[in-house]
Amino acid sequence: MAESVLSIRDLHVTFDTPLGELQAVRGVDLDISPGELMGVVGESGSGKSVTFLAAMGLLPPRARVTGSVLLDGEELVGANHRRLRSIRGRLMSMIFQDPLSALNPVHRVGAQISEMLQSHQKKMSNKEAASRSVELLDLVGIPQPSDRALQYPHEFSGGMRQRVVIAMAIANNPKVLIADEPTTALDVTVQAQILEVIQRVQEKFGTAVVLITHDLGVIARVASRVNVMYAGRNIERGEVDAIFDHSSHPYTRGLLNSLPRMGVDRLEPITGFPPNMLLPPTGCGFSPRCQFSKPECDASLPNLRSYGDLETACIRVEEIFSQLATKS
Amino acid sequence: MSESLLRVDQLVKNFEIHALRGARRVKRVVQAVSGVSFTVDRGHTLGIVGESGSGKTTVGRLIMQLLSPTSGSVFFDGRDLSTLKIEEMRLLRRRLQIVFQDPFASLDPKMTVGASIAEPLTVQKEPGNHSERVTELLELVGLAADHARRFPHEFSGGQRQRVGIARALALNPSLIVLDEPVSALDVSIQAGVVNLFCDLQARLGMSYVFIAHDLSVVRHIADRVAVMYLGKIMEIGPKDAVYEHPTHPYTVALLSAVPVPNPTTERSRHRIMLEGDVPSPVDPPSGCRFRTRCWKAQGICAEQEPDLVLRSTGQYSACHFPE
Repeated sequence: MAESVLSIRDLHVTFDTPLGELQAVRGVDLDISPGELMGVVGESGSGKSVTFLAAMGLLPPRARVTGSVLLDGEELVGANHRRLRSIRGRLMSMIFQDPLSALNPVHRVGAQISEMLQSHQKKMSNKEAASRSVELLDLVGIPQPSDRALQYPHEFSGGMRQRVVIAMAIANNPKVLIADEPTTALDVTVQAQILEVIQRVQEKFGTAVVLITHDLGVIARVASRVNVMYAGRNIERGEVDAIFDHSSHPYTRGLLNSLPRMGVDRLEPITGFPPNMLLPPTGCGFSPRCQFSKPECDASLPNLRSYGDLETACIRVEEIFSQLATKS
Repeated sequence: MSESLLRVDQLVKNFEIHALRGARRVKRVVQAVSGVSFTVDRGHTLGIVGESGSGKTTVGRLIMQLLSPTSGSVFFDGRDLSTLKIEEMRLLRRRLQIVFQDPFASLDPKMTVGASIAEPLTVQKEPGNHSERVTELLELVGLAADHARRFPHEFSGGQRQRVGIARALALNPSLIVLDEPVSALDVSIQAGVVNLFCDLQARLGMSYVFIAHDLSVVRHIADRVAVMYLGKIMEIGPKDAVYEHPTHPYTVALLSAVPVPNPTTERSRHRIMLEGDVPSPVDPPSGCRFRTRCWKAQGICAEQEPDLVLRSTGQYSACHFPE
């Protein structure tokens, strides 16, 4: 495997709250190779967003971040603000669900892209920045880019705003683009367009893309590798085909079984609900909801280990599979 | 033929808004729903799908008489709801209920869950022991009797949605409008609520109007499906016909845009990428409303609005050049 461009090791994020310590991320390991499109999937509260906000240094001061985040070999956890500012938007960019709150309502979109360019490329002239902005708008599929560059965010539709935000994020040709639920607020026909733009950026510039989403369909469409998160841990990872074809972790299987699909009369929900992260389970986070759970599951936190062509954090995976095989 | 439980006839709803033209405020009309007709049979489910601005939620609110139509009528059990007096409508509301999308906003945070569920019983002066009925309803939706004493903040999203459903069921309605009832829920929780809707219908026999943007959930739950775009029905019919043999280009495009959770299928699929966004309902395109994004559009599409026509596969669609 190629050297990873972003490498996260044993990342922990805790928030001090009046009710106690909220453990949002509890030891996440992730590797993103140059140019790959990796999907991170999980439900609300699984820690998928917080992991990457921590990597970007975008969490509020009350968040305690420990572990390691290496971007091209440089440690970002504990790096000073100056250094982080110079990295964000140049080496690593992030886009969010709501493009309107990522744009300044009183500046023309072209000027906002220029600002992004000039804040990292000090020698770039205004004229050069302006023409580069128009090129970027064209690249993300905005028609009449030279006219649109002079307009304000409110003059754009939701899908077009997300394109503008992508143009800003890739302005300095970053190595990593983190997209946190970039299409969740959009209609499906517009979602298809935005996913295509993201794929185009990845292919054209070799940008490594991390796509954070709860939508397994989106993952199936664009990701090459998948990381499944639950209760602040990654619980399974592997190639996209392997995950969808023969996932090993009971949570991933449960998630796939709960989706409505052809030829299924009755959905299979996962019983119960995610754990309270103020008092997370001592063992496997999924154990309280898992139909295969045994006392040993609650003994200690399971780590990822190889299982066939996947990595899984289920300690009983062999047993479960032999059980399933004898049943059928 | 016996009369359908619900018949919606040429429903139109326009909203007046004030827009800014330079420094001047001008009145504009948003055509949220423009001539929608359909029927819902007893014990059946009609799914309404569409993107934002398609008017699907407005249709739900018009059925409930939470909004009054600009023109057109809603017939419930053969009676035109717009002709009913306030008192008559109040009595009829027993049979017509709604569940909203946001389980956080639709429950009063200061009322216990039991009081919220009992409120419709009180309002409708239902005789008998209300607390027994509340227990029965809680159990019906998969919650426990002692949940009645708790407050909404003590519940998860899925549980709150179940409380909303219990409240809607309190008066044994014959029709429930479900307005995006599972879109705020995580998939693993969503499946349980979808199952609950199916079970309740099998047991109690009510009809549903299921409004959602998620096509796969609608396919799972509905008997018939209406596809809306910019305030009009583009295609309506039995769900298998609509999903397997879509005849309207918009339905085709919409179905091809939905990502399916199967990487092999995703790679081999032929996808139709629609250009641009949904036009503004303030100034919808002439003729067929979909023509500005349609790859089949020709001159006639701008001049003449297509009618809903019965196709050989069993559904109706409004297109001059159907698939």
